[in-house]
Amino acid sequence: MKIRLVALAVLGLGASAVQAQEVIKLGVAAPLTGTQAHLGKDIENGVRLAIEEYNAKGVTLGGKKVKFDVQAEDDQADPKTATTVAQRLADSGVKGVVGHLNSGASIPASRIYNEAGLPQVSPASTNPKLTQQNFKATFRTIANDVQQGLAIGKYAATRLGKKVALIDDRTAYGQGLADEVEKAVKANGGSLTGREFTSDKATDFLAILTRIKAQNPDVIVYSGMDTQAGPMLKQIKQLGINAKFITGDGACTGEVIKLAGDAISGNTYCTQPGLPLEKMPGGKNFNERFKKRFNADVQIYAPYSYDAASAIIEAMKAANSADPAKYAGNISKVNFPGVIGTVAFDAKGDIKDGAVTVYQFKSGKWEALQ
Amino acid sequence: METLLQQTVNGLVVGSVYALVALGYTMVYGILGLINFAHGDILMIGALVALEAIRLLQLHAPDLGLIPTLLAGLSISVVVCMILGFTIERTAYRRLRNAPRLAPLITAIGVSFLLQTIAMIIWGRNYHTFPQLVSTTPIEPIAGVFITPVQIVILVVSAVLMVALVLLVNKTRLGRAMRATAENHKVASLMGVDTNKIIAATFIIGSALAAVAGVMFSSNYGIAHYAMGFMPGLKAFTAAVLGGIGNLGGAMLGGLLLGLVESIGAGYIEDLSFGFLNSSYQDIFAFIILGIVLIFRPTGLLGERVADRA
Repeated sequence: MKIRLVALAVLGLGASAVQAQEVIKLGVAAPLTGTQAHLGKDIENGVRLAIEEYNAKGVTLGGKKVKFDVQAEDDQADPKTATTVAQRLADSGVKGVVGHLNSGASIPASRIYNEAGLPQVSPASTNPKLTQQNFKATFRTIANDVQQGLAIGKYAATRLGKKVALIDDRTAYGQGLADEVEKAVKANGGSLTGREFTSDKATDFLAILTRIKAQNPDVIVYSGMDTQAGPMLKQIKQLGINAKFITGDGACTGEVIKLAGDAISGNTYCTQPGLPLEKMPGGKNFNERFKKRFNADVQIYAPYSYDAASAIIEAMKAANSADPAKYAGNISKVNFPGVIGTVAFDAKGDIKDGAVTVYQFKSGKWEALQ
Repeated sequence: METLLQQTVNGLVVGSVYALVALGYTMVYGILGLINFAHGDILMIGALVALEAIRLLQLHAPDLGLIPTLLAGLSISVVVCMILGFTIERTAYRRLRNAPRLAPLITAIGVSFLLQTIAMIIWGRNYHTFPQLVSTTPIEPIAGVFITPVQIVILVVSAVLMVALVLLVNKTRLGRAMRATAENHKVASLMGVDTNKIIAATFIIGSALAAVAGVMFSSNYGIAHYAMGFMPGLKAFTAAVLGGIGNLGGAMLGGLLLGLVESIGAGYIEDLSFGFLNSSYQDIFAFIILGIVLIFRPTGLLGERVADRA
């Protein structure tokens, strides 16, 4: 064992003497097994593509040529595993982390990264809390639910009708999103006819819908999940309410189409954080490179993880160092054209002008609008 | 006015489902003094079995027509639930009949979890779309009130079943035996009543009613899933207590009243409280009414003041 180590060390010295290259590892944490494995792999591949392209171009930090490498860890979409994985990444000396996918994993892991002084850029977690913990180096490249709420409220009040009725399911997600919608409706010249409440276990909404019907709104906003939105759409039809209907990403799914049956129509809208790939400034080109390299399609998050890795590397370049203590402060100052658009962060660490896409129900599926 | 009428209709429809389920709670309590917490889950099993049966029928007998398919699915689910109710009583409750009251109560909660878990294993965690074979397109509004054919069916079927049950209990030999068993097991059995059979019959009838309620619930909302029995079960239990547990008329009155209170409460609570409260208090409103009723009438609205039967 000892001999092998010595041999390795000699070899390593020899290699570094020849190439004068330092290897810098970036961590990736996402679910790489289980039902969300395809999305986790998408994140990992986005990061791989980014560092391979930087390696091909060549990056010099502190006068030395560096080479980037990836250390991918599986958080199983589980908060407990996420903290274990975060600790492992921190201990193994990675210089920055792209991850996690789920807000439920990102938030507990962010504490560990923060204590280790390790910058974290999430490509997928939208819960506002992630960037509200006053951690210095927690960022995300995807729009959060506050930005989504603004988009829903603005779209509802300016495009669908001035009189808005709001329903939320009293969960952290539903209530948080609805609060932002309410602000945005008022800011965009709309008025709230009323705000009603249900729960994430309810199936009967006739009582609150009857009340809403009497107020005669132009549009009903539901802030909650698809399992409630489906039956709710049916009951809206059943009561003969003609208002338009818009929901957030919790109900922007195929499930809601299935559950609502023939009660869903072209008057139904929903939103998702982020742009569809074909609408991203660098989307088309990225898709081709990605496909050529991995022989796979972009799922959702690869462009966000690609830009997250790029943001970390750009910050290292600006600081001329891969030491987290030195470059972490530079992430908040990056400003470069990424795949998803201009990559720049606000004071909290959220992406500036995070895009949110509005979808409309058309011929059996959700279709992205301009 | 239109809104008030609409809320009344909404409340009556929800309330009649509550009433049907509440009858199951109240019958078992009346006879055994046991609160059968698994009753709401029998409703869930009823809905999911009917869903499975209807899917199979639609696949193998597509020409059967909507209503015959629904009736066939309903019959299968009623039979399955009757067997299930009988089995639960036989295996989980009968051995504990003379045990302290707490033991069967805890067992009932256990059975409830068991049924949910089994349903979760068989049907998964997802919401299923329940085929709505009775139309949910509202008929021509009457006085501005929208009502759908399926809601009318729910009102009629519940009313018919409730009347039938009252007749069964009050006019037949089985009913007389049930009343006798409720009054006093031991004396009834000394008089030649086979109390074991009567108790089994009570569970079977209650489970059949729950199965019907489950199918109506799912037909109305178009969904079914493994945890759907919890809320209607809880509400129906509340309704049974509100009306006076152990009393058939009380369960019906309690169910209808609870449905109305919820619906009208959710619709008007904000105006009545001058904007201080809102519809997130929909459920609490129902429990406030329950609390007030129990303070003034501890045995419920129609409950009789009787000495503790145990």
